[in-house]
Amino acid sequence: MRAVSAATDSAAAVRAAAPSRWELLKWNRNWIGLWFMVPAAAFLLLFLAYPLVLGVWLSFTETRIGRAGVFVGLENYVWLSDDPVFWLSVFNTLLYTTVASAFKFAIGLYLALLLNRHLPFKAMIRAVVLIPFIVPTVLSAIAFWWIYDPQFSIVSWSLQKLGLIGRNIDFLGDPWNARWSTIFANIWRGVPFVAITLLAGLQTVSPSLYEAATIDGASRWQMFRFVTYPLLTPIIAVVMTFSVLFTFTDFQLIWVLTRGGPVNATHLMATLSYQRAILGGYLGEGSAIATAMIPFLLAAIMISWFGLQRRKWQHGEAND
Amino acid sequence: MTERAARPARPINPARSAGALSEGMGYLETLPRRLVTTYLPLAIIVVVLLFPFYWMALTSVKPDAQLLDMETVNPFWTPTPTLKHYAALLFDTEYPRWLWNTMYIAIGATILSLVSSVFAAYAIVRLRYRGAQWVGGAIFLAYLVPPSILFIPLSTVIYNYGLFDTTLALILVYPTILIPFSTWLLMGYFKTIPFELEECALIDGASRWQILTKIVIPLAIPGLISAFIFCFTLCWNEFIYALTFISSSPSKTVPVAIVTAFTDGDVYRWGSIMAGALFGSLPLVILYAFFVEHYVSAMTGAVKE
Repeated sequence: MRAVSAATDSAAAVRAAAPSRWELLKWNRNWIGLWFMVPAAAFLLLFLAYPLVLGVWLSFTETRIGRAGVFVGLENYVWLSDDPVFWLSVFNTLLYTTVASAFKFAIGLYLALLLNRHLPFKAMIRAVVLIPFIVPTVLSAIAFWWIYDPQFSIVSWSLQKLGLIGRNIDFLGDPWNARWSTIFANIWRGVPFVAITLLAGLQTVSPSLYEAATIDGASRWQMFRFVTYPLLTPIIAVVMTFSVLFTFTDFQLIWVLTRGGPVNATHLMATLSYQRAILGGYLGEGSAIATAMIPFLLAAIMISWFGLQRRKWQHGEAND
Repeated sequence: MTERAARPARPINPARSAGALSEGMGYLETLPRRLVTTYLPLAIIVVVLLFPFYWMALTSVKPDAQLLDMETVNPFWTPTPTLKHYAALLFDTEYPRWLWNTMYIAIGATILSLVSSVFAAYAIVRLRYRGAQWVGGAIFLAYLVPPSILFIPLSTVIYNYGLFDTTLALILVYPTILIPFSTWLLMGYFKTIPFELEECALIDGASRWQILTKIVIPLAIPGLISAFIFCFTLCWNEFIYALTFISSSPSKTVPVAIVTAFTDGDVYRWGSIMAGALFGSLPLVILYAFFVEHYVSAMTGAVKE
């Protein structure tokens, strides 16, 4: 509004004497910045911020598919706190996240250290290692589904031929087998990301530090512990935050492999909320499960934030 | 403890103490040692990482009889490969349609996101309007909001807008995943472009629009390629929104269709499922093969920023 009125009342004489208000506005950073932000802001507000708030609101209502709900306070949460399946899904999610993240970190770091050495065909190996990360999760999960087949599993077949087991392993039919199988598939998928990002961090460490450490007679472990690790801490913090975040909210892998079964043994909070909200139609209850994930995510983000702070402190700079 | 105490006096024994973590000191290791500490573990990890793909490819060309009979023929190889499963996939199902949907949605959403991100990143980094720092932080936080907690409320939003079961819904929703990431990535690229170039242009009377299109964007092409490839991959990969918002078969994307199409009934058509999964990954793998460096820089750049 102001722009239009400013443009219309600025007469030619005024314009000749001094820059008009429209001219000033045209060069005003805040004004231009606002317009530059409009497309991104529109998407993020409409399809991210608004649904986020709406989700929390839905969790306080008893909305169902096709029927607007009324406010019921904490009823959904009270209901969930008595629901053993919900607590099982919380347990599964924590187990899945902790075990998978720990292994992803350990194997990823090890792989990054291996790849950081002098190797022939280094670029090619690095490219090959990243492939599991490129291929859509659902499609590689389908490969695992077939590998985990109760009758025609290649793993069972190989172990039988080697004489290690007597009969086929029921990978996805037994609760604990199913948990470990899905965790393994998750680790398989996540290791390349951790390894390649940590490798990028490792490559920024100056070789002269290792030369100095070698001259000082440092052992292999000491070099890792006192040179590599401290320099790598900030990037580890960020990478692991992402890894934890995406493992915690995983949906695809479980949905393809087990759909939460057998007897809810592999339900994560995300898959349970899908089942309750979309398949069952109880949008309010599903939203409550999804909202219950937020505190965990906030904790992960806080860790990331402190990791970044530490990085700034190490670099001795105010920013970047 | 003993090592630390003995450190000053101990002579340097290259074969034992040189950890050779870096390239610089690698020459100090002997070959047998390298075989055991480097090549062997690396080979094991690479084989485990690649085996599912080999298995996928092999299953997709095995005749049906060999899929279910592991005794007469060694299951790790097939003497009689067949393209029957691929033919069934391409001619008897809606697979080409699903592939087209996925491609169309991915390109649409990626272009929308890139345009929005270029503007947003430029404004945050270079216009530095009041509160730009805060907006940058908010965008980073938006990156951390996972689709798993948004799909339920989004499904009601999509329904109210009348977009349910349309590909347009996905084209409009995917940018919420892509914009935070690509804005963050492009901010890093824009920061590396010297400020002086823009000042010169400003003195010559260029408008902000001209600066953006004639100076900043051409210089940020590598960043744009990285962002494009990464966004495209994320779109192709996306599952939960596509599963929730799309219900009719002709509008489905490859990941959703593969899971639902061949699994009804008691008999799974494993050959076709694997062919579909492999064929659906192919566009991404080809794209990846051409742009490995951009890919890696996108992934690591976003984390390092």
